[in-house]
Amino acid sequence: MAAPAHTIITFNNVVKQFGRFIALRGVSLDLSAGKLYAILGENGAGKTTLLRVLAGLAQPTRGTVSMLGTSDLRTVTREIGYMAHPSMLYDELSARENLHYFAALYGISKEDRCASLIQTVGLDPALSRPVGQYSQGMRQRLSLARALIHDPKILLLDEPFSNVDVRSAREIASLLGQLRDSGKTLLVITHQSDLLAEVANDQVWMERGRIVTPEERE
Amino acid sequence: MSVLRLTTATLAKDFRLEWRSKDALNSMLFFALLVVVIFSFSFDPNAEESRRIAGGLVWVAFLFSSVVALNQTWAREVRNQVLDAYRISPAPSNALFLAKVIGNFLFVALIELLTTPLFIAFYKLRAVGPAWQLFPVAALGTWALVVNGTFFAAVSIRTRSREIMLPLLLFPISIPAIIAMVSATTAILTAEYSARFWIVLLLTYDVIFTVACLLLFETVLNAE
Amino acid sequence: MKRIFPILAVLTGAFLSYALYLALVVAPTEQTMGDVQRIFYYHVPSAWTAFLLFAINFVASVVYLVRRNPAVDAIAVTSAEVGVVFCTIVLITGPLWARPVWGIWWTWDIRLTSTLVLWLMYVAYLILRRFSTGGQTPVIAAAVAVFAALDVPLVYFSIRLFRTQHPQPVIGSGGSIDPRMLHVLLMNWYAFLCLAALMFWSRYRLEILQQQLDEAEGLESLEMRSPR
Repeated sequence: MAAPAHTIITFNNVVKQFGRFIALRGVSLDLSAGKLYAILGENGAGKTTLLRVLAGLAQPTRGTVSMLGTSDLRTVTREIGYMAHPSMLYDELSARENLHYFAALYGISKEDRCASLIQTVGLDPALSRPVGQYSQGMRQRLSLARALIHDPKILLLDEPFSNVDVRSAREIASLLGQLRDSGKTLLVITHQSDLLAEVANDQVWMERGRIVTPEERE
Repeated sequence: MSVLRLTTATLAKDFRLEWRSKDALNSMLFFALLVVVIFSFSFDPNAEESRRIAGGLVWVAFLFSSVVALNQTWAREVRNQVLDAYRISPAPSNALFLAKVIGNFLFVALIELLTTPLFIAFYKLRAVGPAWQLFPVAALGTWALVVNGTFFAAVSIRTRSREIMLPLLLFPISIPAIIAMVSATTAILTAEYSARFWIVLLLTYDVIFTVACLLLFETVLNAE
Repeated sequence: MKRIFPILAVLTGAFLSYALYLALVVAPTEQTMGDVQRIFYYHVPSAWTAFLLFAINFVASVVYLVRRNPAVDAIAVTSAEVGVVFCTIVLITGPLWARPVWGIWWTWDIRLTSTLVLWLMYVAYLILRRFSTGGQTPVIAAAVAVFAALDVPLVYFSIRLFRTQHPQPVIGSGGSIDPRMLHVLLMNWYAFLCLAALMFWSRYRLEILQQQLDEAEGLESLEMRSPR
């Protein structure tokens, strides 16, 4: 990695409340550019909400988030790629039709970008089957391609390995390593930390809406 | 980024999806057909009477059919959380809203075109007034139902029991528009009074609520 | 604060009783309608109070959309709820008055019909709030409230042209009302306003408590899960 890593994402005492439910209660966190973070913790610990706040999908109830030097996340949407737990794809459309539409949302109209991305994630660009008939592994790969369509600096991935066969999971994990090496910052939620063991730079543990240090976990 | 280009891209995507699944179109067409048939059993008027009540019957039938279509509008976007992919992109929300409104407008207009001949046949309708005025009335009336309907459907996807929430919100707000379109249609069919005022009222309604929807859609879309 | 409430409640009760005495005893009997007309001292003040509360709901909703302050949202929901109560009184007393005077329970008169549409819209608003899930309720409810308020003039004009068979307004246009009647009417309105303010205040406090409770429960649910 290049020069000493600088801070790219800062959470300052972020609280997120949904009606009667509080998902985050005072998260403070600094993340450095060019690293791959594994986000770990039990279900309901607030991991998904953490990513949704970063993606600009949920507004913090209290506290501030800043990213790439701004706290107005609407201005940096082009630098964020987000892969949610659901596929965020249209089941009735083929891989290329899906990617074309999402590329259009970013003002990208280059034909070859979609095809090469489909290849990058290990799918066949000639495939015309609708996505609804894909296996979970293929769907996750395409979902990753969708998140990468605008070549973002920061990638947020929610359970990229869930229900994926071991071979696909390994391939996705090594692809994530390559993306990190190309200078991107990655936040990956997973239950299978062993898959990321080789490529993760750091781990972030969450528990009951808070970040916990390894000592606190015991 | 050009709103127009995104609106066309979204419309093209929606038509492709609809063409592949035909969810909304088939159910809506059949529903409209059922409404026409049931109405014709419920009332058996002579030509003079039917002229007087047809405006109300036709628009109530269209109102129910469009609710079926409007409820489907966001269903595809909610499945697999695709709507979130739109929300995190820099694409303007209003492009999405306009695409949905135009798509719904074309849909409902198509249904109207297909069911109107049935109404004419079942009720032996013939306009005494200037029949061409029915086109602006139909266009403005349909827009009135669809623009607010698309907006309230986006509100309804945030609630439990979405399908019932849409008519609960849409019908009361639409009352002035419904009065206007029914009165305008009756005016044209019977030629007893002028439809002009009602057309102006419909136009005012359309302008006010189109502006309101465009101003508030982003807020509703991103409410979380 | 808690001490003041019973005192205010007693004062409001006394004021309401006095206003009722004025309406039933002091006010002169109307020449053509007779004693039935006295329902007017309840009907009209309820309508004015309901309209005022809906106006407050509109302003609070707009302010909420700009500021996103939970207390303002509490004002919005409270004003809509209390407004619907008074609006319901209008809709019940209207036919009670219409039946003996015009011989019909309901007439598609402009003010009665507009009030009915208003009632429908704000009941829909309250149902939306009940059915909405998660933390986005205040935002979408505020948006719907703005739509309802924009609709009011359109409702008025459309019904006005739809049916115009109503007697001329008693208040505002002619000034033909007996000054004693006007006095009683205004006293009743002030009493109703006191009642509305009292209801508003206690409902508002309940809403704020509910908000605090939700927050506390949210925290507790996090503490309860996965005890270690």
